[in-house]
Amino acid sequence: MTLLITAGAGVVMLVSSFAFGIAGASRIIWLKWSVRIIVEFFRGTSAYVQLFWAYFALPFYGIYVDAAVVGILVLGLNVGSFGSEVVRGAILSVPRDQIEGTVALNLSRYQAMRYVVLPQAIINMIPPMGNLAIDLLKITPLVSLITISDLTFQAQVIRQQTSETIITYGFILIVYFLLSSIIVHFVSRVDKYFARGLDIVKGNH
Amino acid sequence: MNWDWSYAFSLIPRILEGLTITLQATVLATVMAAFVGLVFALGKRSQNRVVRWAFYWVVEFIRRTPVLVQMYFVFFVLPRLGVTLPALVSGVLALGLHTSAYMSEVYRAGIESVPKGQWEAARALNIPPLRLWIDIVLPQALPPMIPAAGNYVMMLFKETALLSTITVLDMMGTARVIGNETYRYFEPITLVGLIYLVISLPAAMSIRFMEEKISRNKKMLR
Repeated sequence: MTLLITAGAGVVMLVSSFAFGIAGASRIIWLKWSVRIIVEFFRGTSAYVQLFWAYFALPFYGIYVDAAVVGILVLGLNVGSFGSEVVRGAILSVPRDQIEGTVALNLSRYQAMRYVVLPQAIINMIPPMGNLAIDLLKITPLVSLITISDLTFQAQVIRQQTSETIITYGFILIVYFLLSSIIVHFVSRVDKYFARGLDIVKGNH
Repeated sequence: MNWDWSYAFSLIPRILEGLTITLQATVLATVMAAFVGLVFALGKRSQNRVVRWAFYWVVEFIRRTPVLVQMYFVFFVLPRLGVTLPALVSGVLALGLHTSAYMSEVYRAGIESVPKGQWEAARALNIPPLRLWIDIVLPQALPPMIPAAGNYVMMLFKETALLSTITVLDMMGTARVIGNETYRYFEPITLVGLIYLVISLPAAMSIRFMEEKISRNKKMLR
């Protein structure tokens, strides 16, 4: 369950990071500001409060969804709003003359973003995005508080049944540590993949 | 069911009482993180390879595991070992320890931002290590650390909501108790969310302002 939530929320996080990040870097004022408000809302309160709020408040509006869906959406959007800042910062860090170049070459807005801006921006995004992926894994235990039986929830059950407190919590701490370490390893591989050829480009300058 | 204003207003005093606990926990855990974080940062810079290695992995372990589980660990395991602490104290220990791991990175960046010439000059002037740290390194390393540290304090402030899971009556805990009493979670939880926003938005803005000011000063120095 922990893995499922992490994977599901990871997808939501990536999609929302890019959507909010690109919108946040856009020049259309209303789009920029509405995204800002959403992002600040998610960044200004804790994931736990948001999760609890969504779990209890949505039924008031007549929306009944599975707790797991609430968990995936809230955690994904929460970390995604931090991710959108990463994407926005990386896009804005692409030098201006690159964008002027796309205008000169008569590329459409979409082409400019897809073939010129994003490939350069993505290299700067990977390390902070990796940290966010670990953050995401680390806030998944919160879903145990809205009745989802993830790793932490199961540990609570086992503790109550066997009262083997030290072993149970020690064990899941190690499991979380190993899972995070896998993400760290994976991210450094991806980083190497996207950075290939970069040293040659830099060497030409 | 709809939003009930009179009910919401009647809850405010109790939730503000919870806010004092939230703030207390934030301050205590911040103080702890500031000290323990420095110890971690110095440990990772130790001359001794074994010490350096041990500190590195302790910090990584803390950073790679969830703070909620760490909190459960402190809260449920310490009594087993014969140490009985109030829930608030064990919560603050866990939050403080978790934040220390992040603070150690902030300290590291701050210490590394002190130019190498300063260290060499101190050695040339035969300044003892303690004075080197107190009079030369830290005064230069601390100011650039403030925005980064501020961000972690904000993170900590928001994480204190987790204290409610180990029976502490902070803002969130109070809201949950009210919800249990009245079966109306909507108003208390919304209020808690709003109070968190009201505090963290101005704080985040002032941190951003400080960041910009510092980077502008740096540009002027160049």
